[in-house]
Amino acid sequence: MTATSLTSTQGAGRAGDKVFSGAALAAGCLILAVLFGVALFLVVQAIPALTAPAAEIQGGAGFFAYIWPIVIGTLIAAVIALVIATPIAIGVALFISHFAPRGLAAGLGYVVDLLAAIPSVVYGAWGATFLAREISPAYNWLADNMGWLPIFQGPASATGKTILTAGIVLSVMVLPIITSLSREIFLQTPKLHEEAALALGATRWEMIKMSVLPFARPGIISAVMLGLGRALGETMAVALVLSSGALTASLIQSGNQTIAAEIALNFPEASGLKVSTLIAAGLVLFVITLAVNMLARWIITRHKEFSGAN
Amino acid sequence: MSKRIDVKDLNVYYGDFLAVEDVSINIDAKSVTAFIGPSGCGKSTFLRTLNRMHEVIPGARVEGEVLLDGDNLYGPGVDPVTVRSQIGMVFQRPNPFPTMSIRDNVLAGVKLNNKKISKGEADVLVERSLKGANLWNEVKDRLDKPGSGLSGGQQQRLCIARAIAVEPQVILMDEPCSALDPISTLAIEDLINELKDQYTVVIVTHNMQQAARVSDKTAFFNIAGTGKPGKLIEFGDTHTIFSNPVEKATEDYVSGRFG
Repeated sequence: MTATSLTSTQGAGRAGDKVFSGAALAAGCLILAVLFGVALFLVVQAIPALTAPAAEIQGGAGFFAYIWPIVIGTLIAAVIALVIATPIAIGVALFISHFAPRGLAAGLGYVVDLLAAIPSVVYGAWGATFLAREISPAYNWLADNMGWLPIFQGPASATGKTILTAGIVLSVMVLPIITSLSREIFLQTPKLHEEAALALGATRWEMIKMSVLPFARPGIISAVMLGLGRALGETMAVALVLSSGALTASLIQSGNQTIAAEIALNFPEASGLKVSTLIAAGLVLFVITLAVNMLARWIITRHKEFSGAN
Repeated sequence: MSKRIDVKDLNVYYGDFLAVEDVSINIDAKSVTAFIGPSGCGKSTFLRTLNRMHEVIPGARVEGEVLLDGDNLYGPGVDPVTVRSQIGMVFQRPNPFPTMSIRDNVLAGVKLNNKKISKGEADVLVERSLKGANLWNEVKDRLDKPGSGLSGGQQQRLCIARAIAVEPQVILMDEPCSALDPISTLAIEDLINELKDQYTVVIVTHNMQQAARVSDKTAFFNIAGTGKPGKLIEFGDTHTIFSNPVEKATEDYVSGRFG
């Protein structure tokens, strides 16, 4: 064994380090470059629509008048989807991680993951041909009994192809995303904290409230945001299910439209300024998604001190 | 506010594997009892059967009786949740709830079962429990800060405060100092000495000096070999166990001649 000086380096190991750090850096830069490229493309292509005289935009009242109803429609559909999917997803994830016997848990987890593998066009077809038809009696009931609420104002759509149906279909689509992510987080709760709660005389549900849910909170928020991303951007299912129209407050009448569906339905036949208008709509969707994610980040970091990461 | 524990012919199983065999032991109220023995001899497992915490592990079960002032913990209709609210536990690694403030950590057990207490009562209880755990002076100005920001020794005393806030009959400690530095260890040992005025304390420790320092009685557990069940070899006054044990195995272990 010859004496090696402290300054000499062993070739192979160091080369590996360099390759790895280079590759990681390149991958990170690539993501940023792609994101920036997409943003740049959207902005450049959208400029004609944003600067055109109001009368030339579809609807004849300018880009803002064109975009805001479908922004609201998009948000309504996404909110409906999350309001339905989040509690169910957390419940299912908790059942899989903390209540179900081990054999059942594995099977159930697999089935939930399978939901994510179904193509969105299939969901759309199911929603349009089956769910919409089956659910319209419920809409009639809502219109009769809860019609005093603006969101359930009648007359209900006879076909059932409403924004609420679209929201329900979306909720089924985001369910597996939120469920699998939440389940993974729940399973990572430190045994130490679960036992701390149990040793104080907590029941299983109290243990979950005390140790699992607080630990999983940032993870649940991230999971919901990923679900929201899918719900905001989902095109095919909404395009097939929703019988679109002007913005209406009632969720059980036909009407409303989402940005993604609007783009998909109009893009093939669009030309000139119309293309630019649709791309500008895409830019708006992009900005909404970005804003939602930044909001989520902010919520998570706001509670960092109590996160358990320290 | 403290009860005695009598264990009769207790066997502990993990599935089909017999982990601890035939333990009978009588633990006096308002005393400190130490469990010593080599790693894997089943002393922690046995400790956990005293408040049914072993049931957290799937497949773990016991045969025999554990009597808390004559009431069998494993009797029909006995809820492990009730058992654990009467027999508190402090763990090897400090485990305050990271998402809760120091104050909320102390109150965590008290607020269970939807029990409501007024802010005034809560303040009194927080102060009393933290004083009982010799932590009050160090944290009284930052009760709303997260418990995870404390040092390891402080966190462990916070866990003790949390355990005594629910006024248990018995406090079980599973190697409470093994993750702590000598000064924090001393603080906990002093605390154990004070706790026995009010509580029955059972402590598992790898540190024989610690057992000698804090306990009134000592139980020595041993294991014949890997895959064999752990057994209670000898139980008696701490002084006797360390100076004049009956069993050869005990003498070998406490004098450091252990295999």
